[in-house]
Amino acid sequence: MHLSMLQIDKAFGGVAALQGASIEAFGGEVHGLMGENGAGKSTLMKVLAGAYRRDSGEIHLDGKPADITSPHDAIAKGISVIYQEFSLAGHLSVAENVLIEELGKPGVRVQWADMVRRTRTLLADMGFEDIDPMQPAGELPVAYQQVVEICKALSRESTILVFDEPTAVLTHHESEKLFRLIRMLRERGVCILYISHRLEEIFTLCDRVTVLKDGQTVGSWPIDAIDQKSLVRHMIGRELSDLFPRRDAVIGDALLEVDGLNAGPMVRDISFSVRAGEVLGVSGLVGAGRTETMRAIFGADPVQFGRIRLAGREIVNGSPGQAVANGIGMLPEDRKHQGVLLDLPIRVNAMMTPANPFISALGFIRNREEIAAVEEIARGLRLKSAGIDISAGTLSGGNQQKVAIMKWIAAKCRVLIFDEPTRGVDVGAKIEIYRVMNELAEAGAAVIMVSSDMLEVIGMSDRVIVMRQGQIAGELQKHQISEEAIIDLAMGTEA
Amino acid sequence: MQKKTGVATFLIRYNIFLMLALLVVASTLLSDVFLTPQNLWNLLRQLVPLALVSIGMLLVILTGGIDLSVGALAAIGAMVIAMLLPYLPDQAAVGLLTGIVAAIAAGALLGAVTGVLVSVFRMAPFIASLAMMTVARGIAFMMSNGQPVRFPRDTGAADLMRAFGSSAVPGIGMPWPVLVALVFVVLFVTLMAQSKFGRLAIATGSNEVAVRLAGIPVARYKFLVYVIAGGLSALAGVVATARTAVGTANTGFGLELDAIAACVIGGALLSGGKGSVVNTMIGVLILGLIGNIMNLLSVPAYPQQIIKGVIIVFAVLLQNVSGEAKRT
Repeated sequence: MHLSMLQIDKAFGGVAALQGASIEAFGGEVHGLMGENGAGKSTLMKVLAGAYRRDSGEIHLDGKPADITSPHDAIAKGISVIYQEFSLAGHLSVAENVLIEELGKPGVRVQWADMVRRTRTLLADMGFEDIDPMQPAGELPVAYQQVVEICKALSRESTILVFDEPTAVLTHHESEKLFRLIRMLRERGVCILYISHRLEEIFTLCDRVTVLKDGQTVGSWPIDAIDQKSLVRHMIGRELSDLFPRRDAVIGDALLEVDGLNAGPMVRDISFSVRAGEVLGVSGLVGAGRTETMRAIFGADPVQFGRIRLAGREIVNGSPGQAVANGIGMLPEDRKHQGVLLDLPIRVNAMMTPANPFISALGFIRNREEIAAVEEIARGLRLKSAGIDISAGTLSGGNQQKVAIMKWIAAKCRVLIFDEPTRGVDVGAKIEIYRVMNELAEAGAAVIMVSSDMLEVIGMSDRVIVMRQGQIAGELQKHQISEEAIIDLAMGTEA
Repeated sequence: MQKKTGVATFLIRYNIFLMLALLVVASTLLSDVFLTPQNLWNLLRQLVPLALVSIGMLLVILTGGIDLSVGALAAIGAMVIAMLLPYLPDQAAVGLLTGIVAAIAAGALLGAVTGVLVSVFRMAPFIASLAMMTVARGIAFMMSNGQPVRFPRDTGAADLMRAFGSSAVPGIGMPWPVLVALVFVVLFVTLMAQSKFGRLAIATGSNEVAVRLAGIPVARYKFLVYVIAGGLSALAGVVATARTAVGTANTGFGLELDAIAACVIGGALLSGGKGSVVNTMIGVLILGLIGNIMNLLSVPAYPQQIIKGVIIVFAVLLQNVSGEAKRT
């Protein structure tokens, strides 16, 4: 099998997602695909999977031009993608999921015995005899659901298999099992495209790596011809040290102290503190309880017990409104659905606070004063927009994030929780967001940054706490912070 | 981004106003009587209950809800005022005002029940208001055992009520109910554009999760819109009674559907967050005009319903087209 995608272009409503991206991969190799968020990795893979039609460029399979017109067509040509969000029907059995295409074939009777037998063979083949083909797929642990997805791809006899950040939802042990499976597939001559943000994985698993940036291919290297540092440089297009602006904050006394916080199974006995002027990184695997912890502190989810102190005084955040009144603001992880009101003007977004000082006693808005205040905040954040009356949805991802921050500045919050602040924004916008966080810290705010981006945790944090399975696995001081140290704590691999 | 010519943009942005203008022109051409002050004032007077109910419906729709009980609450308003008239104080104006306030309060109270079900108990608005619709209609029928309640002959309040329903503002010929509707339109246009309440109600419908995470007590606004819709519906019932001088439990039957249609023709999104009072009023006028012109042309009642349905579909299709055009 020889796949080559040449000079692929793809634009969405005038915004170019891919401009001349190319990749070449062979059967029997694991090919890493790396790049920043928004570099075009997923778009390129969706073009390959037939989910998007390319605007121009060529795809060749085994030297022959191949026009992939639909997901169905891609499957027929032997291409399967294991997406981050699985496409399993949770209420159907494993066997039905694996052989789901056959359910669409003509005929009335479902050949249960045959389906179960074939599924069992496929699973055994992969070393997962313990999965029962008749169990509803939704009841399986996440790692096993992924196995079912892979099994589904194998039942189609796929020759090209794309993995989109498969280990983001897996534990260390499960990841090891997945790597063994991937290596086995490689031995069978399958061409494996492997998207990941984790440098270590790329270096242990892949034979070759291709880097994308801004929709273009930066280059392609055999894995032993490149080191981690230059790989990062190719991904971000500059030296790592240039990505994180300098911060001149004076770290003061503890501003927020969380003591023995419990809120459901994902928030158990959480204790930590943040000082004024400090940026505290919160790391851990997806599903380690980081977001749940922040939501509990912010009053968005009920707290069972535990204490929260602000500047030494005990506070209760029974609702987000109370948290804001106490001076705590949170930027949720899902910017588009939770952080910003996309259809409403910037001005309304900026003043979406429980206590708007520009409301008269009768409940009417004092327009002149409000506009002046919002414009001043926008200037302070260097917000790029054609005015404050345009809707937030028309802005770029980075500027939308700034709009989400505006309301906490308006509410004069002293503790700011950023949950995955730079997800889905380009490098330039990232630097802008880091700068805003720095300025908040310099102004004496305590900043908590939850992030899955290892580079940004290392580059931005004064201190890091790592969560694992709803608990704090450990804390790293500035000089202790490294990718290895964080991953060891996050995965629970004992030294 | 594709550049459209000025004319196309204009047509798309103001399509609903153009549709109204088109209907006016067509009606004028089709019928000699259409463009007479008497017909026009009469038409507007008939539309006042729908206009009031539609404002309430729009507020609810803006928060992402729906209120099916508005027609039944109009019946509550009609019954309360009609049954109170004989007992109101002697002073006509004070007496009538007391009665109207009582009717509005009854509507608002029942609306508040729906509001609590939706905001506190997180019940689906469709279900909560469907239940309120049958309950309120049942109460309206029970109030007089299903009998129509005629206005009393000899009280000042009843006479004033009849006058309110049938006479006009001296000098300009505008019927009093139309003036009342106009006041409420101006009030709610201002409220939605310039007040904290309006801003947060729209924001809630636009993205409830984001508003809640901004620390705003979302439930308060989701509750308030049903109270307001209930009060306005009862007032609509009062106005409807004034015109006929008799209160019946059938008042406002099916009014909720016309109100939803008016909002949607006016470009409101049923998922919330988008809609305007002015455009909704245009929607009311379009619905009214369709009925009026068909009556003037003596189109029989059954085909009228079909034509009305088809026109609603086209109006909404047009809104979708313009919505798409604005987004790209």
